[in-house]
Amino acid sequence: MDFQLTEKEEAFRDEVRAFLDENLPEGASRTPELMQAWTRKVREKRWVGFSWPREVGGGGGSIMEQVILKDEMARRKAPALGSCFMGLAWVGPAIIQYGTEEQKQKYIPDILDGKYQWCTGYSEPDSGSDLASLKCRAERVGDEYVVNGQKIWTSIAMWSKMMILLVRTDASVASKHDGITCLLVEMDTPGIEVRPIKNMSGGAMFAEVFFDDVRVPVENRLGAEGEGWRVTISALASERSSIAEVHGLVRKIEEVKELAKGTVRGGRRMSDDPGIRRRIAQAETRIEAMRLNGMRFLTKQLRGEPLGAETSINKLHRAELEVGLGELALEILGSAGTLMGGEEPTVDGGSWARFSLNWPEVVIGGGTPNIQRNIIAERILGLPKD
Amino acid sequence: MNFGFSEEQEQLRDEVRKLLDQHSPLSRVREVVEGGQAFDRDLWKRMAELGWVGLAMPEVHGGAGLDLETLIVVLEETGRSLVPSPLVSTVIAARAIERFGSEAQRARWLPGLADGSRIGTFAWLERSDRLDPAGVEATAKVDGDRLVLSGEKRFVTDASSADLFVVGVRTGSAPEAVSLVVVGKDASGVSTDDYEGMDLTKRIGRLRLDEVRVEADCVLGELGAGAAAAGWLLDLGAALVTAEAVGAAEAALRITSEFAKQRVQFDQPIGRFQGVKHPLAEIYVDVESFRSLVYYAIWAIDQDAEDASLAVSRAKAYCAEAFPRAGILGVQLHGGVGYTWEYDVQLYLKRSKWVRSMFGDADHHYERAARAGGL
Repeated sequence: MDFQLTEKEEAFRDEVRAFLDENLPEGASRTPELMQAWTRKVREKRWVGFSWPREVGGGGGSIMEQVILKDEMARRKAPALGSCFMGLAWVGPAIIQYGTEEQKQKYIPDILDGKYQWCTGYSEPDSGSDLASLKCRAERVGDEYVVNGQKIWTSIAMWSKMMILLVRTDASVASKHDGITCLLVEMDTPGIEVRPIKNMSGGAMFAEVFFDDVRVPVENRLGAEGEGWRVTISALASERSSIAEVHGLVRKIEEVKELAKGTVRGGRRMSDDPGIRRRIAQAETRIEAMRLNGMRFLTKQLRGEPLGAETSINKLHRAELEVGLGELALEILGSAGTLMGGEEPTVDGGSWARFSLNWPEVVIGGGTPNIQRNIIAERILGLPKD
Repeated sequence: MNFGFSEEQEQLRDEVRKLLDQHSPLSRVREVVEGGQAFDRDLWKRMAELGWVGLAMPEVHGGAGLDLETLIVVLEETGRSLVPSPLVSTVIAARAIERFGSEAQRARWLPGLADGSRIGTFAWLERSDRLDPAGVEATAKVDGDRLVLSGEKRFVTDASSADLFVVGVRTGSAPEAVSLVVVGKDASGVSTDDYEGMDLTKRIGRLRLDEVRVEADCVLGELGAGAAAAGWLLDLGAALVTAEAVGAAEAALRITSEFAKQRVQFDQPIGRFQGVKHPLAEIYVDVESFRSLVYYAIWAIDQDAEDASLAVSRAKAYCAEAFPRAGILGVQLHGGVGYTWEYDVQLYLKRSKWVRSMFGDADHHYERAARAGGL
């Protein structure tokens, strides 16, 4: 075992640190001007889409360099590298792998420049965890697909210019994974209606999207007809080991610790309460386990072995922590825990109460915990499929 | 960056596994312990000849001079097969002498430990069951150039098998005023007996010191300065039993998963039911997680890293919660047969309970982690 970086990796880390010192000085206020300059400079560095090949405009960074970049950025709480979240996370990788030359030229530079947002039309009212059962259909008519049906839980649909959409083009297939096709759809096409859904914390980040005879040109198909499932899965598999996520959780647990130190109830500081102390230590231990699991997965990747179902381990830890840290904070706060805003006795403007309501975005979004347990049980422990 | 084992280390794992599968299957383990033996002397001799006992002991004193990290692969396998052996006890005693003793003391005791001809152990706990030095009541009184030791040490691993004891004794009234002294089992006034433990594959017992006279050169380090050394040894012990627990918990999970694939109820293997498969998946998450934690902890001990104690506490605390859960779940999912003496899964449940309190339970280690984290 060896946690040392190579000379080349160290040089890269120093380059990132120097860049951060210069462009995101400690304590400097993040004015719009500073942020604009930041956006331009990280793009010039090719740190947006850093893992993508250089010929499409990416940075061609090695796995280890990607980890170093994310790690250093997270340490300094730097703004995101690029603003087109879903474009960078999975739409871009799917287009790079399956797209035509025209599609690459048309979409990739805009994703890197963050010109507009992409949203993801996967889930349907009757197809959530069982995504491959999706029914939103597309019929080929001449040079167009005509789309009819509904999508749901589509994050930021109301602010997106484009959607990566999964439709059923063939209902007669024996396996439900066949007959699915992937389309790239302009959100202002006639026949698309977006209805935001208010979530339990009162905000509206996701929406229902209805398709009524929506005409999509055939050249907007990504990959072959019937190949949509593979297109989607391979793009999701480009996901990296979760080391950078850990920084966010470390920050959160530090805040919870401060909260416990600053909260006096029943004549006692909550940080002196044995139950609270143990739960904080448990959460910190779980976060450290996540970090170290991530290092083991990274080692595997560096040895050229693909990652499989083991990435579900950290997804389950993260789900536990996203829910658990909110619960812990509310229990520390006691009666004031559920206050959502206003003056004293509300604590921190009600941000803990809101935090405790926002976990579904992370916990349900990428596959529910029970789906992750199925993946582990079936693919790793070899138990029969249910 | 490499958080994994080398090819050589993996080869060593294969060798250990092969030998233990051949010479110490669970049927043999049962034969040994049910026959009243603490461990299989022939197998121990073989392990020593293959260099596993002295693996992480200095080369100049007969060991292989490798790090504790390499010992992990051996311990995962001894844990997996539940082989009764005084390996962990002997390694702790050897490290105590190596790290805190003089060159003369190393030359005197290490060769015998490294070649397996002598068995060592660390005797620390007493009736207070406290891990901190304040719990030490056994005394060492200076008498000329000798020390006279009296007291009773409890929960000593491999007490009745050991030839050498590294014993914590009080040498002053301040809570921290303790010393580590090496005592041979043949010294006059030394007696041992093993408890009737739940886990027959892990012997623990009592060491009685009745006015035992030892030479002053049996003290490791300076008289009265043993508290920090003892703390280091307790960390080491916690890390080593956790590494063994990784192999054991993984085996319990594998046995139970296999059972769930075979056992048919309601016309299907019970492993198809989510009520069965989900808890098993949770155990997998836990085992892989305390595996990562203990790998790092042992690496940190090897490197004398600043966060070694914290890393040990996190690993041991997680293990002390998760492994017993795995044992209970294993027995439960086996149904009636899991409760029988005949089925092996119960052996792992018992091991999990042995591991839980050894060198500090979850409460102890989470509290240490909380303090290290600034609470």
